[in-house]
Amino acid sequence: MSAVFRHELRGYFHSLTAYVFGAFLLLVVGFGSMLYNLNAAVSNFEYVLSYSLLVFVVIVPVLTMRVLAEERRQRTDQLLYSLPITTVQVITGKYLALLVLYLIPLAIISVYPLIFARFGEVYLPTSYGSIFAFFLLGAALLAVGMFLSSLTENQGLAAGLGIAVILFNYYSVPLSEYVSSTAVGSMLALLAAVLALAAVIWVLTRSENLAFGTALVLILGLIAVSFLDPTALEGLLPEVMTALSLFERFTPFVSGVFDLTSVVCYLTVIGVFLFLSAQSMEKRRYN
Amino acid sequence: MITVEHLTKRYGSFTAVDDLSFTIGEGHVYGFLGPNGAGKSTTMNMMTGCLSATEGHVKIDGFDIFEEPMEARRRIGYLPEQPPLYLGETPEEYLRFVGEAKGLRGGELETQIDEVIEVTRLEPMRHRVIRALSKGYRQRVGIAQALLGNPEVVILDEPTVGLDPIQILEIRELIRSLGERHTVILSSHILSEVQAMCDRILIIAHGRLIAFDTPENLEKLLTTPGELILVADLPEERFRAILAEVPGVTDVACTADGSRLTGTVRAEGEDLYALSRAVFLAFAAAGEPLLEMRVKKADLEEIFLELTEADPISIEERRQEA
Repeated sequence: MSAVFRHELRGYFHSLTAYVFGAFLLLVVGFGSMLYNLNAAVSNFEYVLSYSLLVFVVIVPVLTMRVLAEERRQRTDQLLYSLPITTVQVITGKYLALLVLYLIPLAIISVYPLIFARFGEVYLPTSYGSIFAFFLLGAALLAVGMFLSSLTENQGLAAGLGIAVILFNYYSVPLSEYVSSTAVGSMLALLAAVLALAAVIWVLTRSENLAFGTALVLILGLIAVSFLDPTALEGLLPEVMTALSLFERFTPFVSGVFDLTSVVCYLTVIGVFLFLSAQSMEKRRYN
Repeated sequence: MITVEHLTKRYGSFTAVDDLSFTIGEGHVYGFLGPNGAGKSTTMNMMTGCLSATEGHVKIDGFDIFEEPMEARRRIGYLPEQPPLYLGETPEEYLRFVGEAKGLRGGELETQIDEVIEVTRLEPMRHRVIRALSKGYRQRVGIAQALLGNPEVVILDEPTVGLDPIQILEIRELIRSLGERHTVILSSHILSEVQAMCDRILIIAHGRLIAFDTPENLEKLLTTPGELILVADLPEERFRAILAEVPGVTDVACTADGSRLTGTVRAEGEDLYALSRAVFLAFAAAGEPLLEMRVKKADLEEIFLELTEADPISIEERRQEA
C-alpha cells in the first residue's frame, strides 16, 4: 500500500496535476475570502467555504479521472494485478495519495481564519468545523470520482461522468422542488433509478441474469408497495433527492452545528465507494 | 515448481484454454509455442493471477495462485505481452515502485535495482524517461521489473515481438542467461525462436496442450522419419530398378527435368544414413553415377505445423506408437 501511495504522490508532483489542483482551489477560496471577508467585511469564514463548494464540480473530476482509467488504458493494471499487493491496498494507496494532495491546499486555507481573527471577531469553532466538513465532503466526492474512473478506460468519459454526477448532486436540492411529488412521479423516477442500477450491475458483472433479476425484483417490490399503500410513494422523490445530496449535508456546519449524522454519512460514502472501486477493479480479473 | 491442473478458461461458449495440465520443474527455459490465438497469453495470465480460471488450479512452489495469491505472486516475475510501463517515469523510478510493491526496502531495494539494471544492460537509459526509449529498451525495463525481488519463476509473454533482429538476439541472449538462475517460461508463435532459447517446449493449440518435450524428442515424435533426395541422369525405369535392389525402400517418387531425374526415397527404420550407404553402393554396383545425394530430416517447423493442425487424439495415438 505504501508503495502505491508514494508512487501516486510522486506522479502527481511530477506532472502539473498537483499544482493546478492546489492553485485552483486556493484561487477560488481566496477570491471568496476577498469578496466576503475583506470587501464585505463579514467575519464568517464558513460563508466563503459554502460559496466555494461549486469548485468541486471541476477539481474533483480533474483529479480523479485518470486515477484508474489511465492504468487500464496503458495496461499497467496488469502489473498491479501480478504484484504481491491486493486490490484493496492499491485502491487505499491511491485514495490516500488523493487525500494528501487535497489536504495541502486545505492546510493553507485553514490558516485564513487565524489571520482574520487577528483583525476582528471570528468565531473559530464554526470556521474550523466547516473546514473539517469541507474536507470530508471533498473526500467523499473524491471516492465517488475514483469509482467512476474505475468504470472506464477513457479518462474523458470518467471526467464527464464525474462532472455530471457532482453537478447533479450539487443541484439536487433546488431541483427536488421542481420534480413531481405525486405518487406516479415518484414511481416513474424510482423505475428509472432501478433501470440505472440494473445497467450499472450489468456493466460491472456482464451478467444479464443478475441485472435482469435485480431489476425484476425491485420493480415487483415497487408495484407491490404502490398497491398496498398508495400514499407511501407520495413526495418520496423530492425526499430521496434531498437525502442523497452530499452538498446539503454541509449546510448545518455553516450554521454552526457540528452535525455527526453528516460526518457518518460522508464516511459511509467514502467507505462504500472505495469498496466499489476495489470490487470494480477486482472484477476485471474475472472477465 | 509449477503445477497446472485442469486449467480451463471459458468466455461464454468459447473455450480459450481447455483442461490444461502440466508440471514445470526447477531451472531451465520453457517455451510455450502455439499459433496466435492458441491460448498462450490467457494461460500465462492465469498462471500469474492476473486472470481468474473457470476451472482448475495453478500452484507455484506449493502455493495456489487463486487461494494464496500473495505468497504465490511473490515467487513470480511477470512481463505481460504489452510491457506495463508508466511512460512518464524513468526506468529507475519505475523499478523503485515495483521493488517497493514487492516488499523491498532500503539498501536491499537499491542493490536489487542496480542488479537488474546491470543484468538487462539498462545503465545508459537509467535516467531517461521511458516514453523516449526504443521498443527494445522498453522491453528490457519490463524484464528488469519482472526480475526484481529475485523470483524463482520468470514468465515472459512474447518477449521478442516487435523488436529488430539485433534486439531480438540481445533479448534471447539475456533470456538464456536468466535460465541459469531462474525458471523462465516464455511464449512465442515463432518456432525458431523457441528452438533457440528453450530446453523444453510446450506446444499449445486450440487451448490444449498437445506436446511437452525437449526439442530433440519432439523431432523423434514425428512419424515421417525423413527422406533421401537423389539426383541422377537416368531414365525413370532404370532409376527405380536400381532402387528396387535396396532392402527397406518403401516409397520412391520421381520428378524429371529433361534427362535429369530427382528422386525422393523413403524407407523403413529410422537410420537414414544406413539407407544412404546402401543406396550409394547399389548405384555404384550398377555402374551409374549419382550426381547428388542428401538426407532431409524433418525440422521442428514441420512438426509444429503438423501438431497444431492435427487433432489432439491422433497425436496421442502417435505418441503411444512412438
